[in-house]
This record gives sequence, C-alpha cells and structure tokens, in this order.
Amino acid sequence: MITKRIIPCLDVKNGRVVKGTNFQGLNDVSSPIELAKYYSDNGADELVFYDITASFEERKLFTDILCEVAKNVFIPLTVGGGINTVDDFDRVLKCGADKVSVNSGAIKNPNLIKEAAQKYGNQCVVISADIKRVDGQFMVFAKGGRENTGMEAISWIKKCVALGAGEVVVNSIDTDGVKGGFDIELLKLVCEAVNVPVIASGGAGNIQHFVDLFKEIPTIDAGLAASIFHFGEVKISDLKQELKNNNITVRL
Amino acid sequence: MIAIIDYGVGNLFSLTSSFKYVGADVVVTSSIDEIKKADKIILPGVGAFGDAIKKLKDTGLDKIVIEEAKNGKPLMGICLGMQLLFEKSYEYGVHDGLGLLKGSVVPMENYIDKDLKIPHIGWNALSIKKESPLFKYLKNGDCVYFVHSYFAKNCDESLLATTEYGKELTAAVAYKNIYGCQFHPEKSGEVGLKILKAFCEL
Repeated sequence: MITKRIIPCLDVKNGRVVKGTNFQGLNDVSSPIELAKYYSDNGADELVFYDITASFEERKLFTDILCEVAKNVFIPLTVGGGINTVDDFDRVLKCGADKVSVNSGAIKNPNLIKEAAQKYGNQCVVISADIKRVDGQFMVFAKGGRENTGMEAISWIKKCVALGAGEVVVNSIDTDGVKGGFDIELLKLVCEAVNVPVIASGGAGNIQHFVDLFKEIPTIDAGLAASIFHFGEVKISDLKQELKNNNITVRL
Repeated sequence: MIAIIDYGVGNLFSLTSSFKYVGADVVVTSSIDEIKKADKIILPGVGAFGDAIKKLKDTGLDKIVIEEAKNGKPLMGICLGMQLLFEKSYEYGVHDGLGLLKGSVVPMENYIDKDLKIPHIGWNALSIKKESPLFKYLKNGDCVYFVHSYFAKNCDESLLATTEYGKELTAAVAYKNIYGCQFHPEKSGEVGLKILKAFCEL
C-alpha cells in the first residue's frame, strides 16, 4: 500500500532556512543544502522549499540553491513562493523541482493552475492555501496570512482541483506555530471535498500529533512541519517508527 | 557512457544529476551517432503516451532505440519511457509503442478500487518477482517513488516487480537487455540510486 508521507518544509530567505511562529518573527536555522541532505538521509519522503524572498537577486540565489539541492538530494522536491506565472514554473522545474506550489499567484489568477496543469501535468501543480476561521467560517488568506480574501476555503480548494491542481497543502493559520496538533476539523472537510492528495500543515508539536492525524483522517496523505524538525525536537526516524507501531504504513 | 535520450519530453535535470551522483558518465542527447557510441541507453519520459511516441517517431529516434536494443545494448525506460517499450497503449485512444516488450499500457481507472486516488503518487513497496542484475542491491519491500495513472498489463514475460495499489500493478520489467521502471529511480532516494548504480554496472 502507498505510504503516508512525512515532509519537512524549508522556508528559504537570503539563502538560509528560516521558520517563524504564526508567520512572523523569523529565525535563521541552517543551510538549505545541508538540511535537505540531512532530511533525505534520515527518512524524509519529500521536501518543500518556500522561497520567501522578494527581490530579483535573492530569487536568483534561491534557484541557484535549489539546483545545488537537486544535484545532491534524490527525493521529490516541491517549490513554492513567488510563483505567479507559467515562466515561474519553468524557472524552478529547470532547477530540479518536481512539483510547484501556488498560493497568492492562484488567488490573483486562478487560470494559472489550468495553464500550468496543461503544460506540466496535474501532478506537478500543488495548490497551497492559508486558511483561518473567521466568524465560524473557514476563509482563505493571502499575503502570508495577513489578508482575508473573502473566499470560503473549501469551495476555493474544490475550484483549484477542478482547474487542475493535483495536490493540496492545507495550512491552518489557527494552529500554525502553536504546536497543539494539526487542524483535524479543517483537514477532514478538505479530504471529504477533493479526491487528490491532501497534505496537512500547521500545528505539529510532537510525534503523537502525527499519529492522531493519520488515525483520525485515514485518507490524508502527508504531514508537513518545519520547526520541530529543524530544531531536532522530533527526529523523522523516531516519528516514522512510532507511526509504524500504530499500524500506519510508512517508508522505513 | 550512458546516453539519456532527449526527444523534448520532460525535464532531465534530476535524472542526469542522479547518474552523475553514482559516478556515471552521462550525455543527454538526440544525436544518432552519440546514441550508437554509448554503452547504454536511458529512455526517459513524462506526459502523455501519444505525444511521446509521436515525438520519438518524428525525430527518427524510435528506429535507433529499437535497433540498438535488438543489438543487445542495455536499455532502460523510466516512467513513460518504460511504457513506450510495450506494444500498445490505451491512453486517450490506441497508440502503437516500440514493441520491444510484450504487453500493453492501460488506465488504472475502472481497474483499481474507486476510492483510491489517481494518479498513484507517492512511495510504495516493491514486490520482486524474479532475480535481475538491475535489482542486485535491492531487497523485497524496498520503497520507491511513483507518479502515474496508467500501467503495463499482460507483461508476464518481462515482469520484474509489482507494487500494491488496490491491485498488483507492474512496477518494473526486465527481459534480456531491456529494462523498465514505472517509478522514478532518480527520485527514490538510496534505493533508486542503487538501481541506477546496478544499471551502470550491467
């Protein structure tokens, strides 16, 4: 049977990996290349790189680093951040990315999903959505979680999948950085709504949170986290062993 | 020298990098001379079967691949490249393949359980069916990375390994000097690199 995936996420700025709490207050953690290799050697099933830079020069540095990672790490790589055009897809795919994740770029222009899916295939296009509860409703936020788009989250995700997104990353702003567990309520709704792989993001604080995620939502495909891996609070090998002990299929 | 055939289908960055990583001498090429000079051939591919076989035929590379394979040169198809080795594909119509292996390529849809997601994306375990030099460093149950919606059927003669996704699906094939992986060895971590290393040592 297909295994559940564990995915460390690396936010990259100025060529370094950073991770904040609730998307603010970034700390320099480590070198993307060293971290990527370390994770690959220790059982990560996939890596996500978010380019959180803005300037042209920094973007060039990001793609240089991505190429360097792809020359040394042979597991699937997903790239997100600053993806607004099909040319942006092209830029990162040429550097060895396998999948490209779009967020604000798709909010601005949903057709980007369709164009990219037609050119590179659905499996290449990942929709990443930052979601927060507002008056009891799940809403999509833009600009790194600062701006309410006014769009309801589940209908937005369904629309993206209909346009050709082959995978969904659900970032819960409410649980992100709190380390109190994944947003099971939200993730269940997304898994019921779409028939493409769903990746849970935001809230993992310990190994048990991943066990709970896969036990409570058997159809979810992957769990993503950053700081708990970067700071060594959770070792991926320990995490996967514990998942296996709980009869959850993983790659060991 | 290993020739990775470039016929305008897909991104060859990771494939090239992974062969270099295991110490292989590789060239990405569409030159008939270079393919003839090479000791081994890799036929890559992503996307749709119909487009890919058309591009191979338009460039005349189909003939050279068939000729070199029939002369005994080791050839490995990867992902769609593996599917191209078969006689036929039923992906959006019916298309003739290279016919180097017996069997055909069919959709997973209406074959596997309805609640399973298509494409089959992710890490899945190999069930190895016979001995092959390609898998000399592998053990049964090793996991590799798949991304596909179609699979090869009726290929008992070449079947090397299957993977379980609702049903048993063809994961790898080997027949004489012709090999194929439905999964991506260049994205399958240590296990994938072991397969590439074994291919280099054929």
